[in-house]
Amino acid sequence: MLILRELRPALSLVVLFTLILGLALPEAFTGAMQAALPWQANGSLITKNGQVIGSAIIGQNFTGANYFAPRPSALGTAYDASTSGASNLGPTSAALLATVQQRVAAYTKAFGPGPVPADAVTASGSGLDPDISVANALRQAPAVAAARHLPTQAVADLVNKMRHHATFRIIGTDHVNVLRLNLALDALPAT
Amino acid sequence: MTTQGLLYIALVFALVLGAALPLGRYIAAIFEGRVRFLRPVELGFYRLAGVDETRQMTWQAYAVALLLLSLIHFLLLYAILRLQYYLPFNPQHIAGMSPRLAFNTAASFTTNTNWQAYVPEGQISNGAQMLGLAVHMFLSAAAGIAAAAAVMRAFTASALKSLGNFYVDLTRITLYLLLPISLIAAVLLVVAGCPQSFAPFISAHTLQGGSQTIAIGPAALQEAIKELGTNGGGFFNANSGHPFENPNAWTNLLENWLLLVIGFALPIAFGHMVKDKAQGRALMAAMAIILALGCVGAYAAEATGNPLHIAAGVAQSGGNWEGKEVRFGIPASTTFNVSATGTSTGAVDSFTDSYTPLGGAVPLFLMQLGEVSPGGVGSGFYTVIVFALFSVFVAGLMVGRTPEYLGKKVQEKEIKLAMLGVLILTLFILAGAGFSLVTASGVGSLANAGPHGLTEMLYAWTSATENNGSAFAGISADTPLLDYGLGAAMLFGRFAFMIPVLAIAGSLAAKPKLPESAGTFPTTGPLFIGLLIGVIIILGGLQFMPADTLGPLAEHFLLHAGKTF
Repeated sequence: MLILRELRPALSLVVLFTLILGLALPEAFTGAMQAALPWQANGSLITKNGQVIGSAIIGQNFTGANYFAPRPSALGTAYDASTSGASNLGPTSAALLATVQQRVAAYTKAFGPGPVPADAVTASGSGLDPDISVANALRQAPAVAAARHLPTQAVADLVNKMRHHATFRIIGTDHVNVLRLNLALDALPAT
Repeated sequence: MTTQGLLYIALVFALVLGAALPLGRYIAAIFEGRVRFLRPVELGFYRLAGVDETRQMTWQAYAVALLLLSLIHFLLLYAILRLQYYLPFNPQHIAGMSPRLAFNTAASFTTNTNWQAYVPEGQISNGAQMLGLAVHMFLSAAAGIAAAAAVMRAFTASALKSLGNFYVDLTRITLYLLLPISLIAAVLLVVAGCPQSFAPFISAHTLQGGSQTIAIGPAALQEAIKELGTNGGGFFNANSGHPFENPNAWTNLLENWLLLVIGFALPIAFGHMVKDKAQGRALMAAMAIILALGCVGAYAAEATGNPLHIAAGVAQSGGNWEGKEVRFGIPASTTFNVSATGTSTGAVDSFTDSYTPLGGAVPLFLMQLGEVSPGGVGSGFYTVIVFALFSVFVAGLMVGRTPEYLGKKVQEKEIKLAMLGVLILTLFILAGAGFSLVTASGVGSLANAGPHGLTEMLYAWTSATENNGSAFAGISADTPLLDYGLGAAMLFGRFAFMIPVLAIAGSLAAKPKLPESAGTFPTTGPLFIGLLIGVIIILGGLQFMPADTLGPLAEHFLLHAGKTF
């Protein structure tokens, strides 16, 4: 019988590969990465005064006027990193259009009239986007400076200092990491 | 669109096609048993599993071995998913899956689809990801590539009785191709910030004084084989949009490269196997042209942005940013999603449900073409061979000669089997989506109204049947209708196509390999490439035109007329 002849090799290969690729390999690889690259392997965590304040590459929420605001997050609780996801609302969604209109109104109210960068009023794919565009950060800079009683120029300079550049202007985008920017903001000397 | 954006697309193609040439040569060497650097390990596998390395299999035996191994592996994954609560590596104490969700997920990963009706962070443990999903990511990819190797062998000589040994192919492909490249890629991913940890979720006290729980796990290793094996099953719900799966623009480029490279290398391997490299390059060129058109088309659509949002005051320069991540940018986001649907990967770094209608139509259409640009690892190759047979058949009809492909006569039996494969998949997609949309349960699953809702459902059935696994992700997929329906679609789409193809290979293998004559239709030049692309688009795509017109095309015109739903 054809099938019986194949049973032993098929079953044995499934078991062997499960033990090797599913158990031995991840165990060994995790051990090696924990030893060689512990910071990255454990989530690129940033600590302050001995406390974990978050991950350098996972966005977190900032709601106060004295911090730069991240992008909108479509998650049930904004920036809840125990999950992830997008709004999944389509281009002709009335709900999405209404939300975008509200966000545009709130943005211009907070940061004054002018162009509204698209990333500031759209939700990201992960709901955990750690970055905002440079245009978005520079638009927020005067309001953040005012809330902290700092010169606008000092805050705008900080944005430009923290700016990540696209490689050869082709790979990636010019953007700023919001958590790192806000940490640097806290470190700015008061005037 | 900007020049930089188009240059990014050109860069991806240069890196992939440049690597596919040497990699194809290497893959041919694996198929022919000339790669031996892990020979003792390989022999150990054969000894423990009772595999007779010298045994040669007929197409029937090859198919039985492949099906049986897939069935056993399917049952194992089902058991793991149901029992994950009791298994090790479950720091979050995640409960076992329901029977229907476990069936859907087991079908999904056995068929190289990686459709995810579950939310990974809350519904699957690290142990089930490692012992279950990741192993399937290796073996379902290797099984697809093995089937491609069997098809390739059919064209290598006259009067062949066998197509190779499935177990030997599976073992060699895993050890010599998938494992080494995945390991190197996984190290690079960890360097860039993908975590690889067994710790429970992290509790953080955020800078402004709140709290944040951060999901973490052994993600890097799974990410590498997820892309390389055209699997696509994300460790996290946001898939490659999640910063832990895809930390920056460089990892995005690496993942994009990984998910394309084997698909494009396989036709090159074929050229080496049949000792006529131009044959492989012609197939690769047809795949690349279709994918390039898709990449540019989707980028153009997304860079234009959403006219309703622009009218609402959103700056026009950015393009459509809903569902996209700042660090990648528009061209890299669209190129990733198009690459992942031109292959059967189904990974996403941005959310297609929120793409503009035409931007979202490109991934849908590439799946509907039958996953050949360059398709899933292995499955893309044997599907393009089916289209190549149709192409020589059409050319033969035009000049009144018996068509040949690589010296093998293509006759009634092969064409009937090929047509069967193509038509039953279309039937499954259209009947499945149509049926779902007249049931209350199906309509209740939709996240969007109007033509976009129809596209959501059409996309789901297309993705499952074509074994892609991406989604218009707003759809609620964990319902009895979609868990069982799409689960069946995935199994059907994989095996009801693969078996006729192996039968074609068996039939062609047995035929004499005729020498080329003055009347042979050349299958290497621009004429053949153009014909092949035409056949793929007409045969693969045209069947879906009515459905696509009601979905994305209708939505496009309504969007520009200012209509919302």
